[in-house]
Amino acid sequence: MEQIENLKNFVVNNFLFGKSNLLDFDTDFFEKGIIDSTGILELVCYVEETFNITVKDEEIIPENFSSLTKLNNYINQKLNHISEVIKKCAV
Amino acid sequence: MCGIAGIINLKEPIPLSTNSLGRMTSCLRHRGPNESGIYIDDWAGITQTRLSIIDLFEGTQPIHNENKNLWIVFNGEIYNYIELRRNLIENGHKFYTLTDTEVILHLYEDEKENCLNKLNGQFAFAIWNSITKEIFIARDRVGKKPLFYTIYKNQFYFASEIKAIFINNEISRNIDFISLNQIFTFWTTLPGRTIFKDIKELPAGYYIKLKKNLISINKYWDFEFANSNNEINYKIDDIAWFSKELILDAVNIRLRADVPVGCYLSGGLDSSGIAAIVKKNFNNELRTFGIRFEEKDFDEGEYQREMVSNLNVNHSEIFATNKKIGELLPEVIWHCEIPLLRLSPVPLFMLSKLVHQNGFRVVLTGEGADEIFGGYNIFKETLIRAFWSKFPNSNMRPRLLERLYPYIFKDPKSRASLKSFFKLGIENPNDPFFSHIVRWQNTSRIKRFFSEDISNAYQGYDPYLELKEILPKDYFNWDSLSKAQYLEMKIFLSNYLLSSQGDRVAMAHSLEIRMPYLDYRLIEFLGKVPSYFKIRGLNEKFILKKVYKDIIPQNILERPKHPYRAPIRNSLLKNNLKYVDEYLSEESIKKLNLFNHVMVTKLKQKLSQQNEASEFDNMALVGILSSQILSNIFIENFHSKLIKPETFNITFDRRTLIESEATAITTK
Repeated sequence: MEQIENLKNFVVNNFLFGKSNLLDFDTDFFEKGIIDSTGILELVCYVEETFNITVKDEEIIPENFSSLTKLNNYINQKLNHISEVIKKCAV
Repeated sequence: MCGIAGIINLKEPIPLSTNSLGRMTSCLRHRGPNESGIYIDDWAGITQTRLSIIDLFEGTQPIHNENKNLWIVFNGEIYNYIELRRNLIENGHKFYTLTDTEVILHLYEDEKENCLNKLNGQFAFAIWNSITKEIFIARDRVGKKPLFYTIYKNQFYFASEIKAIFINNEISRNIDFISLNQIFTFWTTLPGRTIFKDIKELPAGYYIKLKKNLISINKYWDFEFANSNNEINYKIDDIAWFSKELILDAVNIRLRADVPVGCYLSGGLDSSGIAAIVKKNFNNELRTFGIRFEEKDFDEGEYQREMVSNLNVNHSEIFATNKKIGELLPEVIWHCEIPLLRLSPVPLFMLSKLVHQNGFRVVLTGEGADEIFGGYNIFKETLIRAFWSKFPNSNMRPRLLERLYPYIFKDPKSRASLKSFFKLGIENPNDPFFSHIVRWQNTSRIKRFFSEDISNAYQGYDPYLELKEILPKDYFNWDSLSKAQYLEMKIFLSNYLLSSQGDRVAMAHSLEIRMPYLDYRLIEFLGKVPSYFKIRGLNEKFILKKVYKDIIPQNILERPKHPYRAPIRNSLLKNNLKYVDEYLSEESIKKLNLFNHVMVTKLKQKLSQQNEASEFDNMALVGILSSQILSNIFIENFHSKLIKPETFNITFDRRTLIESEATAITTK
């Protein structure tokens, strides 16, 4: 829960300038005009820096980046994948 | 080219204040620094302050007809006045000047409002009939010259600029929240509105007839496009030939002046073409003027140099530094009288100063070519989105957008998400606003910055509904490019480009701009040309490129289109501008209560910290800051009393009722 709240804070502060009532976890960023053509890159940078993951070009698709829930799920998948890889390496 | 103003009694003769009329005129002095005049009787007072261009010695206004019952004040130029004058003389009219002003007056005498159909030019004028007590006020077809008005306590006030009306302290000065909503949607107000609640603008192509308290406002012209049933059936070479002939004549008649005429030269196709035509056909000693930018992304110096060398013209340029652009914004807002969403008017304000300092009063510009020949990216974007809408799930079709906007697609990471951005409204290609909905919806996001009170004030208001009401009936039968062209010309060209980037910043330094591409004959001809000739594939302005094929260098002809813009964040937030901090301070934002101060502070912080600013954040910054400036200089701290009344060079005083206050009028 904390992770998705942090994501929400970032989006609210950077794209809605504090107006949190415009954003639910499932609000579509593009349909509701929350993030524009250049904003998506800001979001990708934030995700890469904050979660220490690499976002591949082909992963920047609406299925992963168009709402907080989708973004949160995507980050979890990436983090799970990384931890599995680490486990395998450790074994 | 001048400033005009007036006050008309609507109900009964109330003594008119020459002091008020003198102060109104004084406010417009920058529009006409050479001389001024007034006509006044018990019902009407009309004034003019003149920038002399035709008949420098005898053209002082107001000008009257033979019987001295019709009196005209006029701002603008009628380019076909020589031909019209000849016909009027043949019909028995007697002229006492060589001016185009007197031509309008006699033509009106003969044909009343139908005279407008014969005028080729840019104009706003008022004709007072002292017998019938009727005033006739008209504005040119496209909106090159401004005209504002209001009614207060049975008096009708009009002027070339709003500040001249506000000089009368009794006129209320309030922001119209609906207009603010429109500006933060369409980048300007819809025709007829201004940012101020009680001030109206006479829309382009309209006239007013006012007789005592009976007022009628009528349209006499609008942009029109053909559909497949009535478009012209010429070959492309014939269309290009005809266009070229029209451009040549449009340029030729716009060189009519008793002062030298220069040219703006940006290095783009449109202004290069005009400069080349003038130099090669009409004036071998042509002077040209251009803008250079400190920031490379905005600068077109390379192409300007190429054109200057190719044409061998005497060229002068201003160097627009970020600091200078930032410093001048408040002064530009004073002249534009509307909040802005970009800083492009500022370098043009600097350029007109340079031209003025070089002793020029008139320049030709390339304005209007993108609109009528189909040059803007939004037109190509419309065609691509219409093509995409036929197969919305296609992955290939939206990739055409990458060719259109290579700079925003340059990072492959954003490609898929950008598709979502441009997909807005794709399912409904028949929507009347299909072409512009992406732009308008994106701009509308700035409204989130509005304070709660402002948001509540326009709740339930839909700007698109108001726009739908002014669309012509035929609009719905036009193809997608024609619809896009209409919206672009009706809203953005008439109400923003021709004012904030045109008349207002040029006249700030007593400079008249003339726009050959906006000759109505050319507009009407191209309106009948099938859309597929205008943009071939993604090749914009196909016809104009054919016109200039042998006139301007290949390199200029084929260069990628470079939208004229000015840097925002680096101009406003990187130069320690005290006024920016003051106007964006919590105290100032709270005081004017237009915007939410928490959000504005966060925006400013974000823009100050990041290396690059998004288009949206830049637009929001200018929109908020310019609204704050405008509220301050026109509402909170409008120093109307400081302006002294004009000392007129000529006075026609026919009053029987004399005001009690002291006047400041001298008689020639």
